[in-house]
This record gives sequence, C-alpha cells and structure tokens, in this order.
Amino acid sequence: MAEAVDYKQIGTTPVRPDGFDKVTGRAQFGADVNLPNMIHGKVLRSPHAHARIKSVDVSAALAMPGVHAAISAVDFPGGRMEGESDVSVDDVAQNVMARNKVLYHGHAVAAVAASTQRLAEQALQAIKVDYEVLEPVLDLVAAMDPAATLVNENNYTALAEKPEHPSNIADVERLERGNLEEGFLAADVVIEREYKCPMAHQGYIEPHACLASIDERGRGTVWCSTQGHFQHRASTASMLGKNMADLKFVATEIGGGFGGKTVVYLEPLATLLSEKSGRPVKMAMSREEVFRATGPSSATVARVRVGLRKDGTITAAQSWIAFEAGAFAGSPHKPGAMCIYAPYDIENFLVETFDVLVNKPKVAAYRAPGAPQAMHAFECALDEAAQLLDMDPLDLRLVNAAEEGTRAPYGPKFPPIGFKACLQAAKAHPNYSKPVPDGAGRGVAVGFWFNAGMQSSAEVNINENGSVMIIEGSPDIGGSRASMCLMAAETLGVDYDDVRAQVGDTESTGFCNVTGGSRTTFATGMAVTQACEAVIADCKRRAAMTWGVDEDQVEWEDGQAVPGPGVNADVKPLTLAELARKAGRTGGPITARASLNAQGAGASFSVNFADLRVDRETGKVDVLSFTAIQDAGKAIHPAYVEGQIQGGAVQGIGWALNEEYIFDDNGVLENAGFLDYRIPVASDLPMIDTEIVEVANPSHPFGVRGVGETPIVAPLAVCSNAVSRSLNMRIAELPMSPPRLLDAIEG
Amino acid sequence: MVRVVLSNPMLAVTGSAKELDVTATNFRQLTLRLIDQWPALAELIDSSAVAIDGQIYQDAFAEPLQEQSEVFFMPRIEGG
Repeated sequence: MAEAVDYKQIGTTPVRPDGFDKVTGRAQFGADVNLPNMIHGKVLRSPHAHARIKSVDVSAALAMPGVHAAISAVDFPGGRMEGESDVSVDDVAQNVMARNKVLYHGHAVAAVAASTQRLAEQALQAIKVDYEVLEPVLDLVAAMDPAATLVNENNYTALAEKPEHPSNIADVERLERGNLEEGFLAADVVIEREYKCPMAHQGYIEPHACLASIDERGRGTVWCSTQGHFQHRASTASMLGKNMADLKFVATEIGGGFGGKTVVYLEPLATLLSEKSGRPVKMAMSREEVFRATGPSSATVARVRVGLRKDGTITAAQSWIAFEAGAFAGSPHKPGAMCIYAPYDIENFLVETFDVLVNKPKVAAYRAPGAPQAMHAFECALDEAAQLLDMDPLDLRLVNAAEEGTRAPYGPKFPPIGFKACLQAAKAHPNYSKPVPDGAGRGVAVGFWFNAGMQSSAEVNINENGSVMIIEGSPDIGGSRASMCLMAAETLGVDYDDVRAQVGDTESTGFCNVTGGSRTTFATGMAVTQACEAVIADCKRRAAMTWGVDEDQVEWEDGQAVPGPGVNADVKPLTLAELARKAGRTGGPITARASLNAQGAGASFSVNFADLRVDRETGKVDVLSFTAIQDAGKAIHPAYVEGQIQGGAVQGIGWALNEEYIFDDNGVLENAGFLDYRIPVASDLPMIDTEIVEVANPSHPFGVRGVGETPIVAPLAVCSNAVSRSLNMRIAELPMSPPRLLDAIEG
Repeated sequence: MVRVVLSNPMLAVTGSAKELDVTATNFRQLTLRLIDQWPALAELIDSSAVAIDGQIYQDAFAEPLQEQSEVFFMPRIEGG
C-alpha cells in the first residue's frame, strides 16, 4: 500500500553519511578516544551470585606503584536521580557498584585506575573483599514463592497497600476486559499451554567503553558509547552528587545498543577515578564483562489459555507471565502485558504479569522490551488453534485483526494502523504461495510495538553557501543522520548532498531523550522539520525585504523564494544559497532551532512467516526462508528500514534457536562469550525478504512510524511455529537448540 | 463530561469504579479535580502515561479535552 504523496527526497536511498568513516576505520567509537596522560580503569567483580559484603579494602592496591586511584561503594555520595529516567538512583548506583550485598556473579565491588591495563588488572588482585556467601535465587517461578530466599530484604511488591512481608515480586500488572467465564463458555476449542523464553543478550558488536577527563574542580568531559548522552550525564551526576552542568557528555559512534546502552555501567566509575587521580581514565569492558555485568533481556514463564469459535474468532484469552528482573526491579513486564493481545480485537481477556527479582544481572531494554516474550506465547497458542481448526494462520488473524477504531487492550482506540494491510500483504506475497519444502514447517506470527515520541531538540544552520548543517541530540544508532538529512532536504527543497547532520554533545544542543523506543526518526525528525520550516519563514522574510514586498507575497518552492501573485514579474527567485550569501545584509546568519515533546507516535505492526527444517538426527535447525512485512508509516530511507527489519528478524531468530544465558547451580554464567553463546552468523541464514507497508501516521508531517523495535517481536513465535509444524509436535520452550530439540524428538 | 478510565494501581487508591465521568476542559483541570478528591493519586498520575482520544501522551499537561473525550491512564511506554 504505497503512500500517495510524491516526495522528491524522502523514499530515496542515498549512501549513509557515516559509512565512509566506518569502513575506513576513521570513525571514533567509545574505546577509540585517547588523551595525553591517560590511564586505565578496571573493575573487580563478584565471584558470588549472592553474598553479603563484610568489608572491602583497597589500600594494598592503592599502594602499588603506577596505581593512581581505587574506589568502592563508600566513595559514592549518592543523590537524587535527575533527568529522564524513572528508575531509582539507588538501584542504578548499587548496580554500578555493589554496596552491602553482591546480587549477581560479576557485580562490581571495586575499581582501580593505573598507568597500564595490565597493572590495573594486577591491582585488582590486591583488593581484599570479605564475603558472607548466601544462597542464590535463580529459578524464576520458585523465586515467587513467599517462602523463597530474598534477593532484597527491603523489596515489597509495589501495591497501593504495602504488603506485610517483603518478597521477590517487585511489581504486578493486570489488564482485563469483559467476562472470561462467558468467553470460554462460548469457545469451540481451547488451547492451554506454558511457554518459556530464556534470558538473552542484545549482542551489540561494541562493548561498553568510555573516557573521562575530570579536573581539580570536579568538572570535565566524558566520551562514551551510549544511546543517550543526556541520560548518562544525569545518571552520573546524580550518582556522584554533582551538578550536571559540571559534566559534558559526548556520544561517540556506537557499535549497536538495541536498548542495552540506555543505562550507565562504567561512566560513573571512570568519572570518579579520573577525579581522584587527576588523570583522564579510559575504561572498556571485555566481552565476558558485557555478558556477565550488563543488562540482558528478561527470561519469562508464560501460561496462556485461549478460546476460539470454529470460525477462528477469539472468544477469551487469559495469560499469566512472570518476567525475570535480575537483581533489581524493572523488567519490561508492563509493556509485555500491554502488547500481548494488541493486534487483536478480543472481547474477554485477562493478562497478569509479574516483575520478579533473581540473582542474575539486572535486565535492560532489548528491542520492544517485553513484547517478544509475551507475544511469543500468544502467537504460538494461536498457531496451535489454527492447526486444530484447520485454518490458514493468516486467515485466523484476519478474523480477529485490530483496525482503526478497535479499542486496544491497554485502553484507547487505535488511530489508523496498518495491521490488516500487513496481513493482506503477507497473503499476497509470492513466498507465501510457494509450497512448504519437504520436511520443513511454515511458521506464521505477528508483532506489535507502540513506538514513542518524547523530547527532542534540533538546530539547523545555513552555511554561507546555502549548504545545511543539522545538529541533533540523538545518538545515531540506526541511521538517523541520513533520515534527518532527507527530511531537511525535502522540507527545504535542497539536494540531499547539500545537507549534513551531526550529533551534538550535551553542551552543544538542547535536551534529547535517549535514542530508544523507535522514536528518533519520528520525534527528532519532527524537530528537524520544524526548524527547517522556521528557516523557510526567515528566508521568505528576507526575500520580502529584498524585493520590497509583503512577506505573504513570497512563496517557497524547490529551495528558493519565489514571487507570489501580485509581485512584479521581473523579480527573480532567490535561492537558499543566494539568501545565505547576503544574510549579513538581511539580519545575520540564517539559523533556527526547535525543541518539542513529540506526541502521536504511531503503533507499528508486522507479519512474518518462514520455512524451517529440523535435522532429526542432530537437532540442528535450518532457516530455509524468512519473510518480514512491516508497516513503517512512511519509510524515509527505505534501505535503512529494510536493514532494521532484517536485523530485528535475525536477532529474533537467534533468540528462538540458540541464544540463552546458561547459569550453573551457583549462579555463575557458563557461556559468557560468543563461542558458547551462539548468535546467528551470515552462513546460518537465508536473505531475509522484506516488504515495507506504508499506512501513514497522521500525526507526523511525513507519516513516520517507528520501525526499530517491532521487527524482533514476531520471529520467536515464527520459529517456534515452524519447528513445531516441522516436527508435528508443539515446542514451547526457547531456545530450540539442538540438545533441546533432540530431547523432544527422542521423547 | 469527560470519560476517565483509571489504571489498576489508581483503583487501589480510589476504591471507586474503574470509569468515572469528570467535568474538565483540559487535562490539567481534570487531574487537579482527581487529586483534590484522592490526593494519593498525584504520584500515580505523574508516573503514568495517558491516552486522550486515542493519542498517547507520555507527559500530558494542559491538553484540551472535549465534552465526549476519553482519557485512559496507562503505564509509561519504555523502549530499546
């Protein structure tokens, strides 16, 4: 469904502006920044998953030649969290540096800065920590038992009335509508099953890294790999009791984040070590540290019951989902509850979700946080229902599909959405008409994500020759600089090649929320567009001044001011370059900025289907084909949108087939490296076929919806459904790794 | 009257019906009226997102409301 608007720049696929520097090695990532007199910081991590810290003594490390600073929890003053996050500063601070207890294997307990990395590692060995080892809480469901060992003795479930006793359940959510009992009574078939998803990591290429340079006054600069340098500044300042105005944060190029770089780990440590040593301090995690001590996704246990009539109509749905939060509260259980039924118009439903503490790393956002796990369960149940009813799984979804005006399970009625358009595109796709290869199964599932707006700032400066410079505050993870340039070029009517964009530091541009929630092209794009519109208004004013006419007699077409009706026909248009050259005579530099809190983010739906085949002797799964269809609203740069869809599909396939955190009985992660934590590589996969559906979001000037998160949602269930059909048995636990599938095959 | 639908945590505070009818011409006025009746709602309102006539706001403040507007309080939407 193509959008009717005929754009000149939007919808084209120019070469990405950051590509040349990245392929030539010039791009500066977090660990690439160096300063004179720089020293190196390292973190001492807990060997226990759960233990009381009786004492930490860094004096021997500090006495070693070449060691410039050593810190532990006592060096953190704490403070009130400022900035955009709702997360408790105390939790963030205790995750950065353990205070009274270590809560997961790999939890930071101390840090040093020394003249070389090797010396810093040696100094860690000299730090004495006295632990009282405690029983780790590792099983998600067992952790919910009121009699379970407590991860945090001060954790009370967040209910209006404080519970009498603490527990490992930090929070609950409950959404319901209609009458479940009546709904199930009206059903001809009922599917009931338990599903499990493992803890999985985002797997970004670049480990966390930063460089802090703080002067004697406690002021300075931090360069870091981040999805939100304003948020990192706020967290670091709060944790260290600093005025955020004393810290400048610079977002380096970033080698992936997917939600995992929205929180601080190293930055407060490097800042404090730099302040104490008087030297710039660089810190970079190893891959092992990334696995052990940063935030993966939640493992989940989901129990789903769904009833349907013979024609496929869902009459009732009931779900219970426990989400692992890790060592601190904050799993994405609420969005999970809000997403699970979102694609469907269901009269009677209930979903209850739980945020559960366990002695594992504190989870972080991972693309559409909460949605993949929750929707995996429901989409698998629907596939089983489609088999039972002998219905095409796309037809079953079409019968129940939400559309404009349908009340979403979380309350409001949907504005225009593209779910049915995606389903129809899937049915019409040539890949769907192909026969399923021998021995394979075809899986179908759908995905949903709300997308977000939030706060953004942008500045547009017109250079003296009419070229355009955009300064935005959103770190570019998924190609936003190209998208900003395209939207600016379209609005101003200039060539894409005349527009450049850069990500400003926290002192160079106005506040921006993190690059997350699939919000940047939508929200920061709106700010860029508004700034460009202000530039046009200014240029029309200058042209009117030049021609001696009223401003409303000037129009803007194709990058130039043109005379409107009633203006002398001899007046020649003034290009942006001509106006810029004479800007000194008409009021000075041409520049504009816009800041906004963008509202009206448009929900995005996807439909995926794939053919997978299981080798019954080895349990290995081959992905034979994979087709991903998604509503982008409007694809500003279609190649980037296609890349987002393909990347999300691959991450979802990895989560479904092989990726999982494997802990031993003591809570030690046994596969903290890419040799043992198996992510898909190119040779594992076919080309991910994509189709971009465009049902415009009426709240955005170009119709944009976010696209970055929805693509990871459907693949988990797509793979489960394909494998289940291939084996003719329901596989309800992920990942479907060879050992697990062999167990299932061998009964 | 504006139709207001409270979230479950809010219900625990108000002990009222899930849906209320409130007279208000903008969101600020509506929230002040709710807080006036149930002061403990203030914190929950501050930490909630809200959907006004289908449009989701993370930080609504003075958005205008119509006579038949629907206002849903809901959890804030996070993202990766």
